Amino acid sequence: MAADGSVLVGRTEGVTSLQRFARRRSTIAFLMTLPLILVIGGLVAYPAVYAMYLSTLNRTMVRNIGLENFAILLDTDTFYMVILQSCIFAISAVLLKALIGFWLAHMLHDIPAKGQRKWRGMLLIPWVIPPALSTLGWWWMFDPSYSSINYLLNVFAVPSVPWLGEPWWARVSVIIVNVWYGAPFFMIMYLAALKSVPEQLYEAAAIDGATGFQRLRYITLPMMRNIISITVLFSLIVTFANYDIVRVLTNGGPRDLTHVFATYAFQVGILSGNVPRGAAVSLFMFPLLAIFAFFVLRGVTRRNKEEA
Amino acid sequence: MAFDGMSRRDVLRASALATVAGGTLAAPAVHAQATTTLRCGFWDHWVPAGNGIMRELCAEWGRNNRVDVQVDFITSVGNQNLLTIAAQAQARSGHDILSFPTWEPSAHARLLEPVDDVVGRLVAKYGPINPAAEFLAKREGAWRAIPAVSGTQQKPCLARFDLLQEHAGLDVRAMYPAEDRTGPGVDQWNWDTFLVAAEKCHAAGFSFGLPMGSFTDAVDWVGALFRSYNAKFIDESGTVTVRRDPGVRAGLEYMVKLARFLPNDVWAWDDASNNRSLISGRSALIFNPPSTWAVAKRDAPQVAEKCWTFPMPAGPAGRFTPYLPYFWGIWSFSRNKTAAKGLLEFLSDRTSAERQTTTSSGYDIPPFGSMANFDIWRTEGPPVGVVYNYPLKPHHNATQSVAFAPAPAEIAVQAYNQAINTKLVARVAQGGETIDQALTWAERELRNFARG
Repeated sequence: MAADGSVLVGRTEGVTSLQRFARRRSTIAFLMTLPLILVIGGLVAYPAVYAMYLSTLNRTMVRNIGLENFAILLDTDTFYMVILQSCIFAISAVLLKALIGFWLAHMLHDIPAKGQRKWRGMLLIPWVIPPALSTLGWWWMFDPSYSSINYLLNVFAVPSVPWLGEPWWARVSVIIVNVWYGAPFFMIMYLAALKSVPEQLYEAAAIDGATGFQRLRYITLPMMRNIISITVLFSLIVTFANYDIVRVLTNGGPRDLTHVFATYAFQVGILSGNVPRGAAVSLFMFPLLAIFAFFVLRGVTRRNKEEA
Repeated sequence: MAFDGMSRRDVLRASALATVAGGTLAAPAVHAQATTTLRCGFWDHWVPAGNGIMRELCAEWGRNNRVDVQVDFITSVGNQNLLTIAAQAQARSGHDILSFPTWEPSAHARLLEPVDDVVGRLVAKYGPINPAAEFLAKREGAWRAIPAVSGTQQKPCLARFDLLQEHAGLDVRAMYPAEDRTGPGVDQWNWDTFLVAAEKCHAAGFSFGLPMGSFTDAVDWVGALFRSYNAKFIDESGTVTVRRDPGVRAGLEYMVKLARFLPNDVWAWDDASNNRSLISGRSALIFNPPSTWAVAKRDAPQVAEKCWTFPMPAGPAGRFTPYLPYFWGIWSFSRNKTAAKGLLEFLSDRTSAERQTTTSSGYDIPPFGSMANFDIWRTEGPPVGVVYNYPLKPHHNATQSVAFAPAPAEIAVQAYNQAINTKLVARVAQGGETIDQALTWAERELRNFARG
């Protein structure tokens, strides 16, 4: 085999240069990955590049206006509210999901293996139900006029809560549903990480007289740091891009105060017939999330190298 | 050689004749097979039978014209119809005929086949199309779509006459009987009287169910109210006038007063919330087509039999009825434009229109004033005459209103779908902003709609 990894093929009689090219390992590798490259190119790269192109067009899509759509968005009060709400929604939901998932993972980890499976299965249910469907169930519970939660509150003489009609309650409602849906994902990831922490470390800490908090601080968290970083990053991206919960629950209201990027992009681009500006809305968080992802992944890679 | 007196020549002649006769007789059957396929995407009707009649009419026309008419029904739930329109406009491919709500024909005018020939023939037969539909369907002097029967609705008052009588002292059946005349009290049926009635019914526990969210029911009725105060958010030339317009300010001041007597969650209501409030017996009045009454007739007959439809209150600029028309448009990239025009002309004629309206219990409003006398509006009940005043009639002295008209379509479609009018009210009534702050916000939003 040659240094470049290609298979040496002798200049035998009847073997053309095309056949030699086809027999090289790099060529074979390329051909085998070609279907995946085509899928990623067609379903990820092309739409992304096309969205960038769209965001540079004017409303009627016949003229290129450069970054004007972004400038217009930044001149709109509603868009600032969308940025604020998206950040409130994504950051608080991810933090809550991480904390609840971490707590649930510990609870599950402490359950004997025999009974753990059924609890694991039950706790994963919110995550496996299609979110549009489960959100519809939540909507019925939060319904402005006939909320079942309010009915229960009234039974205990607690006044009704305008879950979807009052801005802060509406924000709380969409965060609750997102946390309910996403916490099991954190739980299962953290549970897997917990199971991979060597038991000897805890035994050594116990001999040294470490408290529960010290074990968490100096053993569990450092050992789970990479999985926490990657899970938070992944969830942050997905939560920033969330669409169905807000769309079903509040449609962005009241007064646009629960809109996130995806729902606002849909309202501007599809419903209002301004596709280029909608594309600009949807692309707005891309650079910020890309920078965040770069630093998180660089930290993970560094730690892996240090541990290696 | 002969068979029972027939020569060989006779047999050959007879068989040749039989072959020709058989071929001739069979020929129409061969030609009757549809050679054209017409794909239609109609609005998925709220009234279940509304889809059936469209399918039936299309099949009937298809049989007579040897066209295979394929019909899909696209729901407006979750704005699926708007999504379909946007996708087909982008792809330049899809149905031949599509149903377009309110502002969509104008927004997609450059991709719609002009239909002046069809509209011309229909107008010659049935008289003029109402001005609101004409404003929305005509661009650069050409009709871009045909105002549809199926799906087109108005949103006048649909109220519990017993509750209004008991708590507000309004006898709406006497004011607007099921006849072509008005009764006592109509001259006082204005927004001031409405406010007093709203306050009294609110105090009695039957608040008016008026949505204030971002869905069409809310945008349409608030649009009609502002129109009756002569409010213009944007003028015909696209100039944003919202901050300086005295009508907007007056309408906004009125709305802030009215909001105090509405349920506190109306800011989150969707297009079904007001229906539920009436059907459940919690509200004395909503603005809606008769679909709410039709559902009540099935689910809460004791409520349905006390319902009555009548025009909106009048404002300083007159009486306006919220109007949400649908349009049948033919994409310019359709390959079957002639057949599509033929089908739409058939669907728009009086007989077909009456069949659509009758099947939908009077819900569908034809675009021609001459068709405001279908039997169904007179006979439907109980109570008989409940929807008599649903279509616009001359004695109503009212005009159909489209929110944000007469703004240019490219700006109006954005203002309409982003519910700028209800958000303006919500900013003051719910958000605690001053009127000037809210108007400044609206001006900035509307100006940005016109940019780019």
